[in-house]
Amino acid sequence: MTAPIASASASDAASGSERPGPTSKSDLFFTFNRLALQGFGGVLAVAQRELVERKAWLSREEFVEMLALSQVLPGPNVVNLGLMLGDRFFGLKGALAAVAGMLAVPLVIVLVLTAAYAEFSRLAVVSGALRGMGAVAAGLIIATAVRLMTTLGANRLGPPLAAAFAVLTFVTIVWLRWPLIWVVAGLGTTAVAIAYARTP
Amino acid sequence: MNAVLHPALSNADLLGLFAHFLVLSLLAIGGAITTAPDMHRYVVAEHHWISDAQFSASIAIAQAAPGPNVLFVAVIGWNVAGPIGALATMAGTMLPSTAVTLIATRWGQRRRDTRFVRAFKTGLTPLTIGLLVATGWLLARPYVDFSARGIGAIALILVSIALMLRTRVSPMWLVALGAVAGALGWA
Repeated sequence: MTAPIASASASDAASGSERPGPTSKSDLFFTFNRLALQGFGGVLAVAQRELVERKAWLSREEFVEMLALSQVLPGPNVVNLGLMLGDRFFGLKGALAAVAGMLAVPLVIVLVLTAAYAEFSRLAVVSGALRGMGAVAAGLIIATAVRLMTTLGANRLGPPLAAAFAVLTFVTIVWLRWPLIWVVAGLGTTAVAIAYARTP
Repeated sequence: MNAVLHPALSNADLLGLFAHFLVLSLLAIGGAITTAPDMHRYVVAEHHWISDAQFSASIAIAQAAPGPNVLFVAVIGWNVAGPIGALATMAGTMLPSTAVTLIATRWGQRRRDTRFVRAFKTGLTPLTIGLLVATGWLLARPYVDFSARGIGAIALILVSIALMLRTRVSPMWLVALGAVAGALGWA
C-alpha cells in the first residue's frame, strides 16, 4: 500500500513537477479536515503520514523544511504548516482552506466536550479520567521537548551555551514567573545576537 | 461549585483578554503551547478568572479531543467567558500569527540561506525547548503531590514520556491509558 518514495531526488522535489498536488481548494479543506479528525493528542504525526506518504503532496525533505520553518515562526506549528502548504498550491485562498479544514470541525467537537465536561465534572469517573489524560498530556509535551533536545548538539551556539539558554528560559518562566515577552526580548535577542556573531 | 458559571467579564476585560492573546500569538515561537505558562499567569494568577485545575483541564480536554492542540486556547476562552471568550482568545491567537506566517514564508523562502535567517533559527531553538519543558512542568504540577493519586500521576507521566521516546505507539493510546487510569482512581 505505502510505496516508498524516498527515491525522489532533491531536484525534483524542488521543481515539484513530478508530484501530484491538491486538485482544488476543497481537496485541501477535506484532506486537512480528515487528518485533524485522526489527531488525538496532536496532529503532527498524522499530517506526516497523510501529506507525505499517502497523498505525496510533499517529499520528506520538503515536509521537514516546512516544519522547521513553522516552528520558528510564531503560531501553532501544524496550522502554520497548513498555511504554507495551502499558500504554495493555491495562494491565500488555499492557505485559508487548509486551516479552515483543520480547525472548523475539531473546534465544534472540543467546545461541545467542554460544555459537557462542565455538566459532568462532578462525576468522579469523568473528572478522574480527565485528570489521567491531563497527566499524560503533560508527559507528551515533556517527551517532545526531550526529543528536540538532541538538536541542541548541532546548535551553532555550542551545546553548553545552547543548554544554558534552555535552562535559563525554564527558570525565568517557572520560578521567576517572568512574562514571556521579557524572556523573548531578553534571552531571545541575546541568543540570536550570539548566533549571528558565530554564523559565517 | 458550579463549573458552568462564568465570571462576568466587562467589555474592558474581554478586550484585555483579546489583546493579551494577540501579543502572545506573536510570541508563540515553537507552537501555541509554549505560551501556555503566560496564559496561566494572566488568566489564573493575575485575574483569577479560572482556577489552576480548570486551566489544566482545558488543555487536557483539547488534547483528548481530535484536532490541533491549539484548540486549548478556545477552551480556555470558553471557561473564562463562554462563547464570546472563546472567540476573543481564538481570534487573538490566530490572526497575528497567520498574517506573519504568510508574509514571512514568502519573504524567508527567498532568503533562507542568509546569515540572519540562520542565526534567528539557531538562537531561538534553545528557548523553544526550554519553553516546552516549562509548559510540561506547569501542566503536570496540579496533579503531582505525595498522596496515592499524586504518586499514580507521577508514574503515568513517566510512563508516557518513556513510551513516547522508546516506542512508536500512537499518543492516542497513551491518552486512552490516562483516561482509564484516572477513571479507576489510580492517578
